[in-house]
Amino acid sequence: MTNKRRDDLGLRRLLGQEMLPWLVAAMAFLAALSIGGAMEAQAVSWHWQAGAARSATVLVPNPDLPLARQGDGPETTRFDAVLRALRPNQHLAQVRPLGPEEIGRLLRPWLGAATDPRNLHLPGVIALRLDNDSVDLGKLNMDVAAVAPGASVEGHNAWIGRLLNLASTLEACAFAVLALVTLVAVAVVVAATRSGLAARRETIDIVHGLGAPDRYIAARFARRIAASAGLGGLLGTLAALPVLFGLAVLSAPFLDGGGMAVPHRLADVPPLLAAVPALPVVTALLSYLTAQSTVRRWLRSLP
Amino acid sequence: MIRLENVGLRYGTSSQPGAGSGPLVLEDISFTLPVGGFRWLQGPSGAGKSSLMRLLHLELRPNAGKLVVLDHDLGAMRRDDLPALRRQIGMVYQDFRLLPHLTAFDNIALPLRLAHVPEDIIADDVAEMLRWVELTSKAHIFPRELSGGEQQRVAIARAVVGRPRLLLADEPTGNLDDTQALRQMRLLGELNRLGTTVVVATHNDSLVERFPGPSLRLEDGRLVSDDE
Repeated sequence: MTNKRRDDLGLRRLLGQEMLPWLVAAMAFLAALSIGGAMEAQAVSWHWQAGAARSATVLVPNPDLPLARQGDGPETTRFDAVLRALRPNQHLAQVRPLGPEEIGRLLRPWLGAATDPRNLHLPGVIALRLDNDSVDLGKLNMDVAAVAPGASVEGHNAWIGRLLNLASTLEACAFAVLALVTLVAVAVVVAATRSGLAARRETIDIVHGLGAPDRYIAARFARRIAASAGLGGLLGTLAALPVLFGLAVLSAPFLDGGGMAVPHRLADVPPLLAAVPALPVVTALLSYLTAQSTVRRWLRSLP
Repeated sequence: MIRLENVGLRYGTSSQPGAGSGPLVLEDISFTLPVGGFRWLQGPSGAGKSSLMRLLHLELRPNAGKLVVLDHDLGAMRRDDLPALRRQIGMVYQDFRLLPHLTAFDNIALPLRLAHVPEDIIADDVAEMLRWVELTSKAHIFPRELSGGEQQRVAIARAVVGRPRLLLADEPTGNLDDTQALRQMRLLGELNRLGTTVVVATHNDSLVERFPGPSLRLEDGRLVSDDE
């Protein structure tokens, strides 16, 4: 057995009986859920944001009114004129007029099934899909108004703003929970370390008297605590995986294709997703540093 | 060299041992012990022998006076430098102070491991010490399974295995029969002959008569005689 792995202070049995791994497991479980929650909220908001930013709606009041004939051209309605003006625009990936049935279906929750929308004076609606986020909706608005006075283009900026606010709030809450869980985990490690120091006071006195430097004693405590906490971190993370999987399934319908909320390329992996598998390692490292600091501070009371 | 100049010690409630404000346990102690010297430290129980030994072992810092151990002025030393100096001091405690979770072999090996001695050398040195204290057959026995005398022999072996420059022994033969006491005193004498400075605290006058040597005598925390 190498010198570093030798249990000179008798910590294996002492700290193995502590509740530390189970308490840290609970903390790691909560941390994984916080990270997973933040990740899903971010993924959904990214997706919705992208979708909303690349779509717009054109409203044409009095869509069936004819426009003044242009030269020898055929007579046309305001709606068809706007449609014809939009279609050549190369920045529009899709220009889709909404028929009366689709508009009726969209309005049914507000108007009820008894009302036929065809009996109402509704504006004509054209759904636009933009080929990038930087299409100038102001210019497009002027273009359609020039074709059919009163027609307008509506972007989804307000909706995007609210989505961003919601996502930011959810992420902030998740990070607050993560910070709280981290603080509690540090407190648990400090308490376990102090308990171990008290239980091994005489042993430490003897080893200290034999000439063991503080770093020797602190390293042995820290390694043992880190191993125990790392095991807890691993257990907590493993326990959280099914929950995170369920969360991904629940959020899948809000994402492209209705599939799992798992990125296809490594480059798509959000930094937070990488944090979940790293959780046991981070837990062990944090515990190591906390135990080192606690033991060294305690040892300074010895001569 | 060991040198004490007007050293005083009081215990107290301070977090720093030796810096308390309790009753004085050592007062105005002055003596010098050259390299390779030997001293008996005598006196009745409660005279301050163990406290003086703990001072020499750097477990306490004096409240007053100057303490020089192995040519190092303790008052001028940084705390971080003390462990290296402690590793040059062997200590046999009255209550043995063996680590209960380590075997006799590992207890004896501990000072060598703290000094980063290679394991093959440790194996040889510890085996030699076990032979000397006649505990080879109990190398892998834990202290709780050893008799008081056997534990004391393990404690002696642990103190001398690193060939310390200063050896402090507090009642090292208290639990030994005459044969073993004689054998262990010979071991201490041999180390002294090889250059180790040795201080042996005892209130056993017959032991001092059998192994005559210069002695320091403490009474009520004061040094009342120094043969040197």
